[in-house]
Amino acid sequence: MAAEIRPKRPFRWHIAVFLAPAVLVYTAIMILPLAGTLQLSLFRNIEQHQVFVGLDNFRTLFGDPNWSVNFWNALRNNVWFFIIHMLVQNPIGVLLAALLSSPRLRFSAFYRTAIFVPTILSFVIVGFAWKLILSPLWGVAPHLMDFVGLKSLFTPWLGKEQYALTALSLVSVWQFIGIPMMLIYAALLSIPDEVLEAAECDGITGMSQFWKIKLPLILPSIGIISILTFVGNFNAFDLIYTAQGALAGPNYSTDILGTFLYRAFFGFQLQVGDPNMGATIATIMFLIILGGVCVYLFLIQTRLRRYQF
Amino acid sequence: MSIATRSLPRTIGAHAILLTYTAIALFPVILVIMNSFKSRAGIFGAPLTPPTPKTFDLIGYTTVIGQGDFFHYFQNSLVVTVGSLFFVLLFGAMAAFALSEYRFRGNTLMGLYLALGIMIPIRLATVAILQLMVASGLVNTLTALILVYTAQGLPLAVFILSEFMKQVSDDLKNAGRIDGLSEYTIFFRLVVPLVRPSMATVAVFTMIPIWNDLWFPLILAPSEETKTVTLGAQLFLGQFVTNWNAILAALSLAILPVLILYVIFSRQLIRGITSGAVK
Repeated sequence: MAAEIRPKRPFRWHIAVFLAPAVLVYTAIMILPLAGTLQLSLFRNIEQHQVFVGLDNFRTLFGDPNWSVNFWNALRNNVWFFIIHMLVQNPIGVLLAALLSSPRLRFSAFYRTAIFVPTILSFVIVGFAWKLILSPLWGVAPHLMDFVGLKSLFTPWLGKEQYALTALSLVSVWQFIGIPMMLIYAALLSIPDEVLEAAECDGITGMSQFWKIKLPLILPSIGIISILTFVGNFNAFDLIYTAQGALAGPNYSTDILGTFLYRAFFGFQLQVGDPNMGATIATIMFLIILGGVCVYLFLIQTRLRRYQF
Repeated sequence: MSIATRSLPRTIGAHAILLTYTAIALFPVILVIMNSFKSRAGIFGAPLTPPTPKTFDLIGYTTVIGQGDFFHYFQNSLVVTVGSLFFVLLFGAMAAFALSEYRFRGNTLMGLYLALGIMIPIRLATVAILQLMVASGLVNTLTALILVYTAQGLPLAVFILSEFMKQVSDDLKNAGRIDGLSEYTIFFRLVVPLVRPSMATVAVFTMIPIWNDLWFPLILAPSEETKTVTLGAQLFLGQFVTNWNAILAALSLAILPVLILYVIFSRQLIRGITSGAVK
């Protein structure tokens, strides 16, 4: 019998046909170049030849003052960029979503649509629009602060080393707040009424209902948002580039790994582009992101209890 | 719902917070569009008031349309976005069908392999992608961008679409098989029409980052011929730093198409997010 069945299941070509285009494009344009980039970080161009140098590029990046000062600066800035996102974006996102999901709220579709608008705009628009608004030349920001009597607090934030990065992080939060809001809103909507009614029967309403019932149920969504933010932040480039240029001024105070990678790899002004060092920085970014994703998958996600309704 | 959740002060408070945030979200957009229709004196004299007959001026728009080749950039962006979208949806749906429909050795592994790209951004591979494009002579072509964006969009598309394809009834497909339809016909004639709504969701998700991307046009296709609207706007804005009329007009021209598309598709997009398609 077995000998008879076998020829009845010949190689199913259609599976290969269905899979081939996606797998080929994905492998050729994404996976192989990614592997190639990781590999390039182990080589150095010496007299027009790629020579294997082991981990020397990484030693240069971490230790050689020409590179390491900028690298550690970019890494520190990037961490701060991420912290601002987590501290500002998630609480505001949760607050807006909680308000939006309150039953029988009028105009909720309008609010949802309007608050999501910045998310669909490109970084170029966002970066430039905010640059204009915060510019002391135009005077919109001081003008607005005058309304609430805070005009004296205004300084050209984007031009000051100590404020520029925080200001840009907040602009980025402004742009992306729609995503956490929507994902948490979706999670809140999926909490069944029975659970909330049971809570009310036990006398848990209002704020305590939010803290004790809803928040634990939306924790998985907050986890997903955090990892999406992490990946997005450690890969960010466009906003800084449009608002402050590739040199991430003033005086590199807004330099993050993305802009540092761009300068190293592509070269800028007097600096000559170096693909090998670019690949080295990309490898570090890859390891950071991979590390974050692993922490999320193995430590956070497994501990968050998912409730099936 | 209890009375507590419906009390009046609560509702007013909720509206107050939401309105405030809506104002924060829309203010920069409205400000830019409003001022793009003003004369220079109007822009600086009274930035917060809408254009009056006295300050109304289209000088910014005439400068932009006269100087920048925006129509051409716009066309490039359209070609790149539509092209990538077509391949992402076609290849993504095919792979998602193979993964969700058939059991074969390495199915799970293949799924994980394709899902890797959801978390690892393709930007990290830029160095080798540029080398690849240089070697194949694709630098400064729209093909290079379409290829890269197709690879970038595929992982999420496969992931979302295979979730939806699992929901397509087996009976329907088996009925098709009994009627002698080939697997290809089953896919294109039976399954694709049924998952069309989820494909629209994937399309919107794929489209926004492609249209807005600055990194790959900057590195792979910066020539005048192949500039996308995002890159064109970036360079144009850099050149006209002091011409505020032109900058505001260029920003408005860049905002408007996206805003119009968004107003048309926002229902689809928001339904896509809230239906839990992205988990």
